[in-house]
Amino acid sequence: MTAILEQTSPPPYRWIAASRASDLEITQAVAEPLFARAGAAWWISMLLSLVFVLWFAGSIGWLFYKGIGIWGVNSTVVWGVAIANYVWWIGIGNAGTLISAMLLLTRQKWRGSINRFAEAMTLFAVTIAGIMPIVHVGRPLYVYWLAPYPNTMALWPQWRSALVWDFWAIVSYLLFSILFWYVSLIPDLATMRDRTRTRAGQFLYGAFALGWRGSAVHWRRLKTWHTTMAALGVPLVCSVHSIVGLDFAASLMPGWQESIFPPYFVVGAMYSGFAMVIVLALGFRWGLNLQAIITRKHFEVMGRILLMASIVMGYSYATEWFMGWYGGKHSDRSLVAFEFAGTYAPLFWALLACNVVLPQALWFPRVRRSLPALFAIAIAINIGMWLERILIIWNTLSHDYMPSLWRSFHFTFWDWSFLIAPLGFFAFLFLVFVRLVPAVSMFDMRELAHQERAA
Amino acid sequence: MSGPLVAEFRDPETLRQALRRVKESRHLPLDAFTPYPVEGLDEQLAVGPSGIRHAMLAGGLIVAALAFGLQWYSAVIDYPLNAGGRPLNSWQVFLLVPFEVGVFAAALCGAIALLWSCGLPRLHHPLFEIPGFERATQDRFFLLASAEQSDEAARDLRDVLERSGAVVVTEVRQS
Repeated sequence: MTAILEQTSPPPYRWIAASRASDLEITQAVAEPLFARAGAAWWISMLLSLVFVLWFAGSIGWLFYKGIGIWGVNSTVVWGVAIANYVWWIGIGNAGTLISAMLLLTRQKWRGSINRFAEAMTLFAVTIAGIMPIVHVGRPLYVYWLAPYPNTMALWPQWRSALVWDFWAIVSYLLFSILFWYVSLIPDLATMRDRTRTRAGQFLYGAFALGWRGSAVHWRRLKTWHTTMAALGVPLVCSVHSIVGLDFAASLMPGWQESIFPPYFVVGAMYSGFAMVIVLALGFRWGLNLQAIITRKHFEVMGRILLMASIVMGYSYATEWFMGWYGGKHSDRSLVAFEFAGTYAPLFWALLACNVVLPQALWFPRVRRSLPALFAIAIAINIGMWLERILIIWNTLSHDYMPSLWRSFHFTFWDWSFLIAPLGFFAFLFLVFVRLVPAVSMFDMRELAHQERAA
Repeated sequence: MSGPLVAEFRDPETLRQALRRVKESRHLPLDAFTPYPVEGLDEQLAVGPSGIRHAMLAGGLIVAALAFGLQWYSAVIDYPLNAGGRPLNSWQVFLLVPFEVGVFAAALCGAIALLWSCGLPRLHHPLFEIPGFERATQDRFFLLASAEQSDEAARDLRDVLERSGAVVVTEVRQS
């Protein structure tokens, strides 16, 4: 399949790498792959990801049957992979809305190429994140007790509990993200309705497009709503990951009870999320032939954001160590020493290498412009961020106040399952997404093309 | 008697110029239909305020207040529980849930207000009968305008639209 928008190099425009990008060409480049038959690459990926989906479903089933004893958690290290996954996935989930909303508010017009799938990434990642506390609670059948409802037991949720805050944060944020994503998708669904040739397509796209006809009045209203949503979205995202940070900071454990946790978690979320967006963007660009729409320049600016975030992460880590030492408490000082030289030290050094050292290569323009290098760094950051999340849990729990309780965590097969299988589930959701809705916002791209005078 | 006329243009500049001429010739431009939000078009058409933001503010505040009230009632009146000597009305942490649900409620109220003010969902509309109107969501720019209720005025409007560079001018038949 050849690209409808031919990539030309050097790129003639700042954000569009085609000599001409008319409204029709943009529409075709984004919409046509959805009407064409799925290629072999899609089918192979689909089958592969289906294996992971079944594995994930099987793991959850086995966990529900046997209980959380199938993991490596023990009476000292009571939290494990599920909680690290929760923090990691919701971090990735936060980034989609954060990126889309912040770029909208700061009028970064290049957002048009990436905002749609970044928001989809949010939906899928938050969905997976939402599963993790449910599998972790140990009595999943009572999860609905988190919701306040009049009941014969005359019980209410404990509003001072971090678990209850998590519940409301996830539910509100997931629903907010669905609205943010769906309403800005309506104009593109109308385009799909007007282009599809099948009866089912007309029916479904027509129903979900709600009768959108591109009226100037409607565009104006949509813009008003969308900007306001972005202004609400940024504090919401920060609050959601801050609440996740409070899960730790509101405890009394050494290394957790730190006021830096909420902002540090938010930066980490943006960091791992941008890394994930780069990985996905490279996949989409190749899979959907969008070289002219997602340009090298896009990757370069995302690389700069990664560099900035890695510096802030390094600063946060250093602040933690400094405060551990400066606070003078024995438990805090010995925890920092345990991080650098204890049971999990190799993982800790790997985390520093992935999150702080390796991304410094992005200072060099050559690295930022090299897609393989950027891909490798993005993957390393995602690994590093997962290590950060699991080490926050393991280090503190394995090195608590009482030395007689010190134990370490050992991976079981089911820990690996809950780590790896959700990635396949995530890929599965994305593979379905790219076949159903336009992965790039067509109306934003048309606007961008007119602004760049490429149309 | 004639219904409003809809004219099809190839690019947004021609559409905006046509819109200016229609206004100069004392006809009434009603709406424009474009594949992306054309900057300045809403000002030319004098699109009024929508009240979406007011709905969002009101909805968000009301739901946040309800959420706080629910926590206060359950923790202070209906199920008082002494958790480590903390005050029953621990209002500082009770602000977290109202913020989360308040933002979501604002988003939902905004989405409803948006659809309401746009008259959507409306799956069918007389404009969809116009041949070629499906390109309004792809690459063509449409202007909807009405003339006074006389054949002469309608002829003049059609003339203005055609001279401004319209590809096709069609009459909208209202059912």
